[in-house]
Amino acid sequence: MRVLLTIGATTLLTGPVLGASMEIKVEIPKLDVAEYHRPYVAMWIERPDRTVAANLSVWYDQANKKDKGEKWLKDVRQWWRRTGRELTLPADGLSGATRPVGIHEIKFEPGHPAIAALQPGEYELIVEAAREVGGRELVRIPFKWPADKDVAGAAAGKEELGAVSLTVKP
Amino acid sequence: MKKQLTAALALLILAPQAAHAHRAWLLPSSTILSGDTAYVTVDAAVSNELFYFNHNPMKLDGLTISQPDGAKIEAENASTGKYRSTFDVPLKADGTYRLALVSDGLTASYKVNGERKRWRGKPEDLAKDIPQGAEELKVTHAQRRIETFVTRGKPSELKVSGAGLEAEMVTHPNDLISGEEASFKLLLDGKAAANVKVEVVPGGGRYRDKVGDFAVTTDADGAFKIKFPEPGMYYIEASVEDDKPGFKEAKQRRATFGATLEVMPE
Repeated sequence: MRVLLTIGATTLLTGPVLGASMEIKVEIPKLDVAEYHRPYVAMWIERPDRTVAANLSVWYDQANKKDKGEKWLKDVRQWWRRTGRELTLPADGLSGATRPVGIHEIKFEPGHPAIAALQPGEYELIVEAAREVGGRELVRIPFKWPADKDVAGAAAGKEELGAVSLTVKP
Repeated sequence: MKKQLTAALALLILAPQAAHAHRAWLLPSSTILSGDTAYVTVDAAVSNELFYFNHNPMKLDGLTISQPDGAKIEAENASTGKYRSTFDVPLKADGTYRLALVSDGLTASYKVNGERKRWRGKPEDLAKDIPQGAEELKVTHAQRRIETFVTRGKPSELKVSGAGLEAEMVTHPNDLISGEEASFKLLLDGKAAANVKVEVVPGGGRYRDKVGDFAVTTDADGAFKIKFPEPGMYYIEASVEDDKPGFKEAKQRRATFGATLEVMPE
């Protein structure tokens, strides 16, 4: 209830951003390693003061029989500290299964709950990956919300993430 | 010359303190955990070098485990070996668990036939344990609290005990990041412990030439801040002496506090 109230109040001041959407592409690189497990990947949006403005996705080993894969969520270290530990998982529209090597496109259509409350302003998209018996990596893409034309941003990981891109659409 | 003598005497008086340089510590397998099946296993030992169990085990007599709602739970699989004790703690609830080894008793030093002896025990045993005719008997009320903290899910608030020397965790102990300043408040019997030196010792000393320890001093409100230079396990410790023993057998009190803290990279 308190969350709804807050959103209501800020909406009055600045107006909602209707119609805007975003597309994110995340490449999970093929790695030449003896033991490979698909990485846990989390993505979220931060304000300039590093507070979390939106939680977009977390991919983890939900099918793991023993503990639904939750034991290793804390290894997505920064996400866990900033927002993961506050969540109840699995969460509709947020949590999903781990994904294989390749490029994955995620679309947040206008009105998607994750971005519906995003106020106009400067933000950073953060994508963090952590892999069992592997490493951890995080990339940031700054962006402005909303955009008056398609605006693309990109970043590239060196180890656990490949190319990551963000397109904000008006 | 006189000054030098005084300094030498002061050193002699402090010497028994220096003999306590061995550190008592708890070392949890993890401090930040997720998932419903979370467990930690913990080592408890006494040693000079942190955190290597190569001297003596810590006895688990005074082990107190508080779950996030403050209720006490029992350790599992507790055992004491040659160099360390170990125990397991199931983390069945979200929040922060306080693991503490708390002791509250008497220590005594005395001489028999010119030979220095030491004793540690309960007040009721003092009279029967110390031989008649012991000389230079000095009885001290010794309070000690050795702690560490582990959190499943979101960190929860920690309450202070109000007894002996302890640190109020202003910055949550499972939210420590290297390079960021963390705030604490040192309390003696729940009241600000002002102007006390707090030692900060990083673990992993075996692989460095320098210990890397440093000290901060509490202000008038007992507050102190630590900026941990690197991620890793750290030990913080402080000790105070006063003339307010809690047992009539003692003339003075020594209260010590030690805590193991894990500092994460950002």
